[in-house]
This record gives sequence, structure tokens and C-alpha cells, in this order.
Amino acid sequence: MTYKIVASQCTSCSACEAECPNVAISEKNGTFVINPKKCTECIGYFDVPQCVAVCPVDDTCVIDTSLPRYQAAGGAA
Amino acid sequence: MDSLATETVDIGGAQNIDEVMQKVAEHKGCGTSGGSGKASCGTGAGENDLPQEIWDKVKNHPCYSEEAHHHYARMHVAVAPACNIQCNYCNRKYDCANESRPGVVSEKLTPEQASKKVLAVASTIPQMTVLGIAGPGDPLANPEKTFKTFELIAKTAPDIKLCLSTNGLALPQHVDTIAKFNVDHVTITINMVDPDIGAQIYPWIFWNRKRIFGREAAEILTEHQMRGLEMLTERGILCKVNSVMIPGINDKHLVEVNKAVKSRGAFLHNIMPLISSPEHGTVFGLNGQRGPTAQELKALQDSCEGEMNMMRHCRQCRADAVGLLGEDRSAEFTTDKIMAMEVTYDLESRQAYQAQVEIERQKVAAAKNAELNTLAGEGNEDIKILIAVATKGSGRVNEHFGHAKEFQIYELSTKGAKFIGHRRVDLYCQGGYGEEDSLETIIRAINDCTAVFVAKIGGCPKNDLVKAGIDPVDEFAFEFIEQSAITYFKRYLDKVNSGEIVHAERGDATLRQGAFITA
Repeated sequence: MTYKIVASQCTSCSACEAECPNVAISEKNGTFVINPKKCTECIGYFDVPQCVAVCPVDDTCVIDTSLPRYQAAGGAA
Repeated sequence: MDSLATETVDIGGAQNIDEVMQKVAEHKGCGTSGGSGKASCGTGAGENDLPQEIWDKVKNHPCYSEEAHHHYARMHVAVAPACNIQCNYCNRKYDCANESRPGVVSEKLTPEQASKKVLAVASTIPQMTVLGIAGPGDPLANPEKTFKTFELIAKTAPDIKLCLSTNGLALPQHVDTIAKFNVDHVTITINMVDPDIGAQIYPWIFWNRKRIFGREAAEILTEHQMRGLEMLTERGILCKVNSVMIPGINDKHLVEVNKAVKSRGAFLHNIMPLISSPEHGTVFGLNGQRGPTAQELKALQDSCEGEMNMMRHCRQCRADAVGLLGEDRSAEFTTDKIMAMEVTYDLESRQAYQAQVEIERQKVAAAKNAELNTLAGEGNEDIKILIAVATKGSGRVNEHFGHAKEFQIYELSTKGAKFIGHRRVDLYCQGGYGEEDSLETIIRAINDCTAVFVAKIGGCPKNDLVKAGIDPVDEFAFEFIEQSAITYFKRYLDKVNSGEIVHAERGDATLRQGAFITA
């Protein structure tokens, strides 16, 4: 799984974009999206996912349950 | 601006403009130290005159000088959407086109768009002298965008003053950059110096890569705010402090805040009423936290005034507002419109226009002082009344009662006419409300006033005002506000002395809290 942004809740404040250690977040059509190929859930970087911690609207950056869990180096190919 | 058209000034070449500006600065009664007109030209404080070097920096700044805000305009560019703290009085999600409060904007701008917008506005509104970055998040949580914008504007429009407004969390680390970009005005929002009180206002901050909650968060925030303020004043950067008055949480405590910021060199304190309508969806809006009444706000401002200069003309504007305080012309300058505009920056014609504004200011001050001299020795020192004034700017009574979106409130006493605030009477979302509803709204908003000065007023509202005990006055149409107010007050005293009327305190008034939807 990686994180995703609930578009209907996003205020487009861009706070997450600057905090993401993987540069996985960008603006698309007025709201922000997380590139699941780049998201590492901040594992190996920080104790807490940065987008979740900085987002002003709770439950907007959430785990995307439709995708497989991110695995640290040595895991998924 | 009609009054300006009637008087022309020979400005000749650039040399002459400087002379005119210099002369005006010397003579307008605001510039010289100890001048009797200075108190009203400053921030609104009577006892606490500003030092000359500070006055020179603020005299054309609408947000820092009450007198200047009648004449000069400001604009905010919304380049800084991200924020690093959460406040219970803020909700970033809501943006109705007719809504006006801090933290909301209609569109964000890139630094390049912002720079173009500033040039477009400066060319259209020559009295626009100040550019601020106030969000809609925190400018210092978006340092690249904020400082890039300042850099671009300093290059193309070097006469425009730069300011920024911050919560202070990231301030200490950016103070040197702020100084480098010649930002000479910084506003810090400080609502507490006691972390236990802070915990009730700020649920969390984002600091060192994590959320920090409650008391611990407030402790870090207040430490950074105080240190940042000290660092700025050490570098000669002017600091204003904004505080949101939240009854039952920090209302009494703001006296302590006032002392703390004064001792660290802040030169102006702006205590604003909490905006907490439930429809804004803020924590305070939803949990029923009320804002202060007009008299509660005034009492707190009065009690802090002996300590330092108080600002009372804040409009709590949007982070993309454009124009004179109390007006918002941002809709004329949307990104689409700006990008299509051909803009040339004409510094000379801006200066010529501003020179005429200075002449107008001088006339306002002179008229007030002349009238004030006739008030001396009247007795009746205890009598104070409030009046509401409908104005479009330039220090004159020049707005129709029915068109006024706000009224400016002056306190009249034998000391003169003192600006003490404004009352908004516009509706958040226009449409569908009957005339009667808006008249009731206006009466509630100025219920503590003895009279309302207007350029014109219809028969029906006139009768309703009289019934509510408010004297509708249109005889001072297009005259100077303070001069007219003193004339009116002299007559009021004469009537009291002759027994024709009995002076009585009026009641409290309602501060506009959102859409007044009365079914």
C-alpha cells in the first residue's frame, strides 16, 4: 500500500508537496496527487508519513488499500 | 477621488516631485514631532506618539497608519498556500467568492503571476503602496515562493513596500532572509504567551518533521514568536502584532500578550475579534465559541492603549485582497485578466498621483485641527459619544447610506474625534435578502452610535434610524470626517448644556459574524 490523497478533501494548499522525501506529490488539475510508484510511506526517512502529518485536513492523506503494501529495499522488485 | 480632480499641483520634473513630497511631509501636521495633529495621523493612539523614524516608515502604510488607510491602498498576493500550524479559528477548506476572512483565497498564484499582478494593480491604482504576503497559509512555510515574489517585485516596482504576515513558528530561521529582501514590515499573529492558553487555540504544529500537540506545541510556538520578534526589532524591521480576541480563552490574557510584545519592541498591536460563524466550519465555529461584542473589543483595546499603540482599523481581509482597506477589488485582477493585460510601470505618474494624495491628507489634518481649536475649553470632559460614518475614502463623508458596506466609528469627546473601529454591514453571500433585513443588520451594527453621517439617505431608513435612537446626519455630505464630527459634537454639547437633550450611554453593538440570514 502507498498513500493517496482524497481529492474531495484536498484544499490544494501544497504543504505535502514540499515535505515528501520522495518527490512523489504533484499538482494535477487543481488538487494534489501521490505517485504510488514513488511513495515509500516515508519508511526509512521519518517516523510518520510527512503528508499525513502536515495536511491541515484530517483523513485526507490515507492508505490506498487498493495497492500492495510498500516494501523496503529487498522486498518487492 | 473627486476632490483631487479639483486641485492640481504643478509637479514639473522629478526634482519637483521630490520637493512637493518633502514640503507636504513637513507641513501636513503628521510628520513633525509633537504636532497636535500627529496623534490622529498615527495609529489611533493619542498618548503614545510614534518616534519620527517609525512614522516615516508607516505614514503611507494603510495597515499601520489609521490616517493613511483613508488614502492608500494595499494588496495581498496569495503565493503561500501551505501552513505549518493548525488554529481553531481557521478553516482552509472554504472559499465562497463573496466570503472575506483571512485564510481563504479564490486562486493561488505563482511568484511570476504575482509579480505581474502587482504591476497591473500598481498601474491601475496609483495609491497602492504596499504589497503583503499573508498566506493564505503561512508565508514562511512557503519560503521559496515568498522570497522569489519579493525578489521579482523589488526589481520591477522598487517603490512598493514589502510586508509579510506570519504565525512566527518558522520566523527565527528566516529573519536574515527577511532583512536581505528589505521587507521592512512584519506582522506576527500572537494569541498567547501562556502555553496552557495556547493549547486551547492551537491543536497542533508541524515542527521538525512531525506533528506536536497541545501544550508542548504552544510552548515551541510562543518561544519562536518571542525570539523572532526580538530578532526582527534588533534589525530595525518594524513589527506589528495581531491577536485574535477569543472570549473566555484569551480575552483577559491579551493584556499580558500586549506587555510581552511591547517589551520586545513591537510598535503596534492589533486586537481583532474572533470570526466564528458555524458555516465557516472552524473548530470554534462548530463548538459554539462566540466572538466578542463591539464594546468588549473596544474595552480591551482601550485597556491596552496606555501600554502601546493600538490598531483599530483592521478589516481582517483575505489573503488576496486588493484596494483600500474596506474595499476589495480582487475580482478586477484575476489571473486570466492580468495575463491578458499590457502593463507598463510608470513610476513618475504614480508619484505625481501620490503627491496629490499628500495634499489632500494635509487638508484633512488642517481642517480637523482648526475645528479642534474651537472645541477647547468647552467643559463636559466626561461626555463621550460614538458616531458612524459612511465613507469611500479620502477622509470624507462621501458614501450613500444604502451603499455602505461598512461604517467607520469615531469616538467624540472634548479631546476631539478619535477613530475607534469599523463595523461591517455587508453580507457574505449576496442575493435574496430584503431591504428591511439589511437595515436591521445595520442598526444592530451601529446601535452604540448616537449619529450616522452619510452623503445621502432615503426617507424610510431615516425614519427607522430615528426610531432606533440614531440621528441620521446628511448635512456634512462630502465634508471632512473629523472636522464635521467635531462640529456635530459641539452642537451636541450645546444641546446638553441647554437642557434640550439628556446625554445617555447607548447600548452595545453586534460585530458582523457572517451571513445574517433572517428568514
